[in-house]
Amino acid sequence: MTGKRLEDALPWLFVIGLLLMWQLACVMFAIPKFVLPSPTLIAVSLRDHVGPIVEHSAATLARTLVGLTIAVALGVLLGLAIGSSRIIYRGLYPVLVGFNSIPKVAVVPVFVIWFGIGTIPAVLTAFLVSFFPIAVNVATGLATIEPELLDVMRALGARKGKILLKIGLPRSMPYFFASLKIAVTLAFVGTIISETVAANSGIGYLMMAATANFDTPLVFAGLFVIAVLGIVMYALFALIEQRMTFWAKRGEGLMT
Amino acid sequence: MRPFVDIADASFNYEGRGGVTPALAGVTLRIDRGEFVAVVGPSGCGKSTLLKLVSGLDLAKAGTVSVAERAVSGPLNIVGMAFQNPVMLPWRTTVDNVLLPLEIVEPHASRLRTERQRYRNRAREILSVVGLDGFADHYPWQLSGGMQQRTSLCRALIHEPELLLLDEPFGALDAFTREELWVVLENLWRKQKFTAILVTHDLTEAVYLADTVHVCSKRPGRIVTSRVVDLPRPRDVYATEFVSIVRALKDDIVEVRGV
Repeated sequence: MTGKRLEDALPWLFVIGLLLMWQLACVMFAIPKFVLPSPTLIAVSLRDHVGPIVEHSAATLARTLVGLTIAVALGVLLGLAIGSSRIIYRGLYPVLVGFNSIPKVAVVPVFVIWFGIGTIPAVLTAFLVSFFPIAVNVATGLATIEPELLDVMRALGARKGKILLKIGLPRSMPYFFASLKIAVTLAFVGTIISETVAANSGIGYLMMAATANFDTPLVFAGLFVIAVLGIVMYALFALIEQRMTFWAKRGEGLMT
Repeated sequence: MRPFVDIADASFNYEGRGGVTPALAGVTLRIDRGEFVAVVGPSGCGKSTLLKLVSGLDLAKAGTVSVAERAVSGPLNIVGMAFQNPVMLPWRTTVDNVLLPLEIVEPHASRLRTERQRYRNRAREILSVVGLDGFADHYPWQLSGGMQQRTSLCRALIHEPELLLLDEPFGALDAFTREELWVVLENLWRKQKFTAILVTHDLTEAVYLADTVHVCSKRPGRIVTSRVVDLPRPRDVYATEFVSIVRALKDDIVEVRGV
């Protein structure tokens, strides 16, 4: 096997090794399945409940994507506003930081009072946990524009909107994509937090229901599905990032 | 008739948290149309501030600055600028970097959409004047520092500005590249016939390129001496007359630094 092929196989080898150790531990120490089910039991549970799992994960995925879309739209707008206006930076930014430090689980009950249980609180929670890193990163991209570049643009008579369009937006794209990879995983966390508390569908709800029945293999099957969804979304955004901001990554960084 | 650039008793100071820092105190400078002028002086004497006043990026706190018979009251789009840091846009190829000013300055900005190809050809033409044919479709990080600086000159000149402002453009380059770029710049100047103001600490560079070299005092800056360089171009940096002008300027600077 060549070095490149080995490198591509590495994540799979790691996962297989981990699952083998897990399986071995469950068998050797005779761990009861309601404490820690073995990977084979989880696989069986996945197969037995494939219908409901697909249905519930579709609900979770949809909520997460809607929440993330709103987060991207508002996060980018807010980031552009914070990064280009001193008044907004001084006035709004501290408020945002304060708001972001509130644990989002604590907000879910409020959403339930306002909107009832189900989709809306889940979407809102996904949005709330994921928009902050986007806004901060886009603002950082704008804040790090070289002053000489601004001088060149201003000397040519460019207005702020034009500078934002020609320099600011493309300049902040690498920051935006870095934050998007964080935001997508956070959005899943948000949706599932809300589903575990206030929903009658979604992977979070499925796991809570399974917990109530002491069906631990199904709980773990849920965790597995969430992990897969997270990885797929992350990989998708990493791919888009590579296409869009190839110019920002020139070497291997510090990796040897 | 008034000179093309007419700075009369202009002053400027920066106001920051540490109080008021005077940068220029009563600068008087006249530059004729088509003239190449260099401003030299000890570091921190406000040379860069002078360029900002001429470009309209900053406005004089006292005195007057006028360009092309009009008082400067804001940015002028007849100006091109290049700095020590070439500041390319890494997401654009060389030719698209050069096109940037045309996307902003009218009437080009509105024509660009329909006549993109014609403008691209124009950008390629100027790139080949500075010796960058074959690099138009490269990205900035694929170019050496000297090549980036050539691109930066092209970007400063693509909209055919009447006034070129250069803030130590060759300061970060090695000696060989620097001297090559003097020739490139001189050729561009002879071809496009713009007025140029070059800020530099390199006295040889100033004497090689400029018709007149102005010496700036230490901060807060004003012009203390001006020396006309009346030598035929292209100039020989080892000629006796050349060397003696450089030496005289060096003595001027030692005097203004007061050490």
